[in-house]
Order: sequence, then C-alpha cells, then structure tokens
Amino acid sequence: MNITLKNIHKSFGRVHANNNINVTLTEGQIVGVLGENGAGKSTLMKILSGFQPADSGEIWIDDQFVSYDGPEAAIGRGIGMLQQDPLDVGAFTVLENFVYGRSGGILPRWSQAEQELNRYVRDFGFELDPTLWIEQLSIAQRQQLEIVRLFALGVKVLILDEPTTGISADQKAILFDALRRLAHDDKLIVLLVSHKLEDVIDLCDSVIVLRAGERVGDMMMPDSATITPEQISATKTHLVELMFGQEMALHERSLATLGETVMSLDDLHMRSKRLDISGVRLSIRAGEIIGLAGLDGSGQELFMRAACGLAPVHSGHIRLGERDLTGKPYRHFMQTGVIFGAAGRLEEGLIAGLTLTEHLALVESTAGAIHWPRMVDETNARIAHYNVRGQANSRIEQLSGGNQQRMLMALLPENPRVLILEQPTRGLDVDSSRWIWQQLLERRQRGAAILFSSPELDELVAYSDRILVFYAGRIYEIPDVAGITIDRLGHLIGGEFNG
Amino acid sequence: MCKQSPIWQIVFGVLPVFLAVLIAAMLVIAVDRDPVEVVTNIWEGAFRNTKSFAGVLNFWIPLTLVCVGLTVTFRSGLWNIGIEGQILIGAMFASWGALYIQLPEALAPLQIAIEIALGILGGMLWAGIAGALKVWLGVHEIFGGMALNSIASVWGIYLISGPWYPEGGSAQQSAPFSKVALLPGISDDWPVSLLALVLTVMALIIVPLILNRTRWGLQLKATGKNQRSALLLGVPINTVAMSSFLVCGGLAGIAGAYRTLFTYGSFRPLASGGIGFLGLLVVLLASTRTLWIPVITFLFAAILSGSTRLRVAMQLDASLAQVLQSTLVLLFLLVGGLRQRFEARSATPVEPEAAQPPVQTRAGGEVIAP
Ligand SMILES: Nc1ncnc2c1ncn2[C@@H]1O[C@H](COP(=O)(O)OP(=O)(O)OP(=O)(O)O)[C@@H](O)[C@H]1O
Ligand SMILES: [Mg+2]
Repeated sequence: MNITLKNIHKSFGRVHANNNINVTLTEGQIVGVLGENGAGKSTLMKILSGFQPADSGEIWIDDQFVSYDGPEAAIGRGIGMLQQDPLDVGAFTVLENFVYGRSGGILPRWSQAEQELNRYVRDFGFELDPTLWIEQLSIAQRQQLEIVRLFALGVKVLILDEPTTGISADQKAILFDALRRLAHDDKLIVLLVSHKLEDVIDLCDSVIVLRAGERVGDMMMPDSATITPEQISATKTHLVELMFGQEMALHERSLATLGETVMSLDDLHMRSKRLDISGVRLSIRAGEIIGLAGLDGSGQELFMRAACGLAPVHSGHIRLGERDLTGKPYRHFMQTGVIFGAAGRLEEGLIAGLTLTEHLALVESTAGAIHWPRMVDETNARIAHYNVRGQANSRIEQLSGGNQQRMLMALLPENPRVLILEQPTRGLDVDSSRWIWQQLLERRQRGAAILFSSPELDELVAYSDRILVFYAGRIYEIPDVAGITIDRLGHLIGGEFNG
Repeated sequence: MCKQSPIWQIVFGVLPVFLAVLIAAMLVIAVDRDPVEVVTNIWEGAFRNTKSFAGVLNFWIPLTLVCVGLTVTFRSGLWNIGIEGQILIGAMFASWGALYIQLPEALAPLQIAIEIALGILGGMLWAGIAGALKVWLGVHEIFGGMALNSIASVWGIYLISGPWYPEGGSAQQSAPFSKVALLPGISDDWPVSLLALVLTVMALIIVPLILNRTRWGLQLKATGKNQRSALLLGVPINTVAMSSFLVCGGLAGIAGAYRTLFTYGSFRPLASGGIGFLGLLVVLLASTRTLWIPVITFLFAAILSGSTRLRVAMQLDASLAQVLQSTLVLLFLLVGGLRQRFEARSATPVEPEAAQPPVQTRAGGEVIAP
C-alpha cells in the first residue's frame, strides 16, 4: 500500500501548523519525520491517523482518494498511530486491551486471542504478560502492546510519535528490530517522529524534514549496515542544517565552583512494590549537577520522588541545611526551594484545560486575589524569554510537546536550591535541549544544585559532575565523570558494577 | 474547533426544549388531557399573581443556593452527592435554633441570624465529614455522600418521632416555630423572604467572582482537572478539596434553613424536597456556563411551583411536572452530546482569537479537552 498526502493545510488560530504538505510514502519503508519543536510533525501525523481533520488537502491510498473521520476509521483504512504521550487507559488487562477495537462477535474468544497475542509477542521479541494491568506496564511495554494490537488489526501504516522518549537503550533496540521487521518483511510503512538523529540515521530509510509547518527537504539515509562514523556525523550535520537552517555548536563542559552542602540524605531507605533501596547517603552541594543513570524502573524515579516528599521514606533522614524534612509533604520541600519536575508533562506537571496564564498564576500569585491583566503580561514576558510557541491564553495542551516542556521550565522559580528533574529534555529537539540546559546551567551558576535523570548517556556525561547509576535498586557512584566513557556507562547501567 | 454559527447555537439551545415539550404533550394526550390546557395551568400556577410568583421564588432561592454551592465542588472535580444530607442537617440545626433559642421579639433579627448561622454550620459539618472521609480515608465522595444522606434522613425521622415530637401532632413534622423564629416575608402579597433573596443574589455574584478572580478559585480548578499536576505546582490539594466541600455545605445549609424557617415553618425530615439532586442536574446541565444557572433554576422553579396547580385545576398529579423536568434534562444532555459530535465533524478553520482545541479521542477512547 502506498500513500500520498496532497496539499495538506492545518491552522490553529494564527499558527499555520501544516502548510501545503505533499508527501508520498512507499510500502516497506521506514520514514523519519524530523523538524524542530512545533514544526508541525505531530499535527501531520494526527491528520494522517484520523485524530484530527485537515483544513484542506487530500489523502490518497494506492491512487484512490480516501476520506475518513476518527482514528477508528483510519485503522479501518489501515493506518494506526502510537500517541506521543501515552495516556492511562484505565482498568484493562493487556489481553483486554489487545482485543479492544476488534470487529466480529460480541464475545471475544479469549483463549484464541491470548494465543495470538503470545505469538506476536514472541515474534517481535517483546515481553508482555497478558494478565497484567495496563497501568503496571512500563512506557516501553505499553508501546509494544499498542504495536502488536495495531498490527493484529491489520494496519499497513504504523505511525510512532517520539517512541523512544522514556524507554531504555535495550528496549529501544527491541523496538527498532520490530519496526525493521514490520517494514522490511511485512511491507508496512513505518513513520517515525523523533528528535534523536542517531536513531533516525540508524533506523530510517529516508527522512522528510518540516520547518514552521512547511516541508523543507528530504533525504535518503545511508545504509546502516555499512555506515561509517564519519558518514553518521556528516549526515547529522546535514539534517541539523535542514531542520534549523544553520549549524550548531556543541556544549563545552563547564565546571562550576561548588558551594556548601544544601541537601543531605542520611541512610535513606525507601521502598516501592518492586524495589527496595536502602543505605543511601548523599550530600549535594550548591552548584553541583548529579546525573541519575539507569534503565526505566531501576529505582531512580523512586529515589527522586522520595528525596522531595512525593514518595514515602521508610527510614533515614532528608536534611536541607539545618532543617529535617523527612516525612514532610512535597509542599514543604517546595517552600524550601526543592523543586521537582516530572517527565510526564500532561499527566504530571502541567494541567490540560488550563491556559498558560493560569499555570503561571498558580505558581506565582501569592495574594488571595489574582490580578489577571498583570498575570497576562508576566506570562507574555515568560513566553518571550523562554521562547515558547503559544499564546498566554492558549491552553497548555494546544502547545506542541517541546513547547510544553519549555513552559514547564518557565514555571520553575528563578532561584531554586535544589532542582530534581526527571528527563528534563524529553521530547526536545537538539536546539531546545541545548537551550534548556543553558537555562539550567544559569540557575546552577546562581547556586542551585541539580539532580536529573536521563536515558541519554551522552547527556549524562556531558552535564553531570557526578553520576549515580541505578540498577535494581542498587546505586553505584561515578565520582569523576571526566574519566568515564559512554561505553563503560552503558555496561554499568546493565548492572555490571564490578567490571 | 469551529466557532459555531449563531443559527446552530440557537438550534442546539431550543431543540431540547422543543422536544421535551413535544414528549410531554404526547404524554398528556395519552392520558386524555389537553396539553395546551396543562401549559396554561402551569403558567398560571407560576405567574398568575404576585403570590404565585413569590411561590416560584420560594423554590428558586434554595435551589439556586444549592447550585451555586455545587459549582464550587464541581470546580474542584468533586461529586458532592451528599448535598441532600447537607441541606437536611442545615435545616435541622436551624430548627434547633428556632425551637430552643427564644429571644424576645425585639431581638428577632439576632434570633434569625443565629438560626441561619446554625444552618450554615450544620451544612458545613456534614460536608466536612464527607470531605474528611474523602481526603483522609480515601472514601469516594459519592459513596460517602450517599451514606451521609441516609444517616441525615434517619436522624431527621428520629427527631420528629422522638425529641421533637409535637404534642398532639403527627410524626410528620415538629411543632411549628414561634413567630420570632420565622423568616419574615416581604408583605402579604409578596410572601417571600427579602433576606434570603438578597443572600441568594449575593451568592450568585460573589461566588463566581471568587472562583474566577482568586488564587483559591484557580487552585480549585487545577485540582479538579489534574490532582497530581496541581500538587507539583504547589497546590495544597487536600485543603482545597476540604474547603470546597465546606463552602458548598455552608450554602446548602442556608438553603436548608430557608426551607424550614420560611417555607415550612417547622422541621420536616423531608425538608430538602429533592432540591439537592435537582441542583446536581442543573449544574450538570449548565456545566461551565455558570451564568445560566439562575436562569435554569428559575425555569425549573417555575415549572415545579406552577404545576402544583395541575391537581386542583385538572386532577392531574403534579408529578407530571417532574416528568417534564426529567425529560428536559435528559434531552439537554442528549443534544449536548450530539452537538459535540457535530462539532468534531464539521472542522472548519478558526478565526484567530477563537482558537479552541478539537475534542481529541486518544487510543483509549478517552475524551480530552473541552
Ligand atoms: N490543538 C491545538 N490547538 C492550537 N494549536 C495547536 C494545536 N496543536 C498544535 N498546535 C500548534 O501547532 C504547531 C505545531 O504543533 P505540533 O504539535 O505539530 O508540533 P511538533 O512538530 O510535533 O513539535 P514537538 O516536537 O514539540 O512535538 C505548534 O505551534 C502548536 O502550538
Ligand atoms: Mg510533537
């Protein structure tokens, strides 16, 4: 099946999110969709997958004009999409979710469906227990389930919007193998929206590049089997030029002078259903950046949340300067300048349905009455300073993923004592990530300590003064980041602490 | 998504009323009566003279108070099903004041102020319990509210069959309150309490202002939309939930006090008369259009009050009005649903300022946004 998009237009108010886009997709290909934050990638993908209608333009499947309305209908036409932010689907098991959306019979044939599910899971090299609840799954497993579900429904086009945010390197490898199989053996079209150029070069056969709603270029990717490191970096440079219209400088490691201890964890013991982390001693000094490495679910989430009162601490103490905040709720931490930023964005951190101004008013206003005009001015100032693409009265969910992240950054206080950030650059393009780090480094210059987690090893190595590697609740400290290679870090993450 | 043309706005507004009237008319015809006559009677029942109009206001006052209170809990994402109980406990507390505090006639205003304050206190107490159950024990407010409603009602029945059993009376209501304890009406032609009217209008003006202009109002909204995020943005979500219960309960308490101190003049275990549940429906109907609340409550009050005449004039049971009312609610919700579908379908470009996101359905079929 081949697909042609003709003259696609979509506007949101003044924003021309898709401006006359023409694309032809050929079966058996993995096509990367690149572009800076807000370029219109998700919009185009949502149009193709029926999540939102285009203002004008046509979709042709195999030389036939089609029109459909809604994601279900799109799946009926063979086009399925994985969302950028997977939402909770509530109380369903894996198997129920797999069966969901199928035609034929009111009563699903459970045992048959289960066999089918297990077969796909095995074929793709996934790991999914049919009896688990959806909410027990990691992001990667939810993706796997969705891929299997859509494939079983017979889709011929699979769209993935930033699938590699929030999943580990191993999970990514599994995902990519599955996608290769789907495209090259099963002749699907796979569309991949991603900001990670290495991934795109590794996986895709070709890419198209969007900038400010327009298609500005496309490129064939070199064969990943025979590619040389030089080719990779040349391709990267080329892609960056296409995306931003300019070349970018890389970050230089900067060392800040460390101040006194701002936060200390004393023999901390925390527990969750799956993990038990004990004996954590850590003192964090002003101006220090500590990177937290580890696969999804290795304990870094629990650690970060426990350290700021969002998860219970079983024993031990958390001290901020003189104050003992053990067992206090997050609000107390927040008032002492310990700020947590979750990776979840719309699930945790931002509030869908509230405007940008309302978000700011929530964190900024101290008096009882809100002076809205002043808040709007202040919001506009932040929008300008943080370069958010959106308006003061836009609701947060109207912003593109990357711009939501920028807004989250804009909501952080100017002079925090400790920032605890889960994947601060999740879903950001190269330019925006750099920019976010610039903001963070400025705060560090003013004395903030930063703890951050990231699935990107190079990000960890580039910015951390110290790295803590989490593996199954154990913690290994790398005191001297300058002396570590990414390769070694990769092994540590896999649990090889004594290598 | 698309800004609706005025024509469609009107169509979607009028259609449910039209359909409801049609259905009700068919019902009336089915029992062999003239629908036009029914409407005339309801109209006359409601607006025949100042007295009947005051009767409408007598329903409008407590219903509107309750609805204003419910907008507060709705804003913070809470289903305050316990509203019925809060009205009743409010009525009970006010009645206690009326029965046991006997100030001299010169101090009547103080007597009434104390009774109303007691009513507020009672409503807040009952709402506070629902809130505490929810916040600290994790009992869903719907279940907690249901339980508290029946406890309140049992307690009410106990009072009039025990401690408040009137000498020589029936176990339907307490002894009538003394004149000092009653809310005075404006005049014989206008039997409605000016004080309550003023309080209601004030609530109608002040509560939306607070919701829209204060930090507390914003915190309610944030908590209602996403608790986890609200917490991270520094909202004390438990305090917020508790306070929204208390405010709603307080307003329900005034409504309860009004029902006993004016409408009945004695304590009855059925003091609320279903106003709480009706209020839930109204708020559901109005959803975010809070400005419509006084209008909708007025419509309902007129139908309720007007239809009492049906029995006298046409030997029809007044419950016909309730049928009409429920059909109306149902159809409004139905047409509202249709309208959303329609909007999702006819996607036309937006004019600048009016940008609104489309209703997006995600993989799970969950509807996000408006
Ligand atoms: N529902 C909406 N309402 C209003 N504006 C929107 C809506 N969806 C997207 N936009 C705007 O359209 C533009 C393109 O958004 P889109 O989500 O397609 O970007 P993207 O390329 O996916 O970016 P990112 O990499 O940050 O996810 C942005 O400026 C965004 O603010
Ligand atoms: Mg996007």
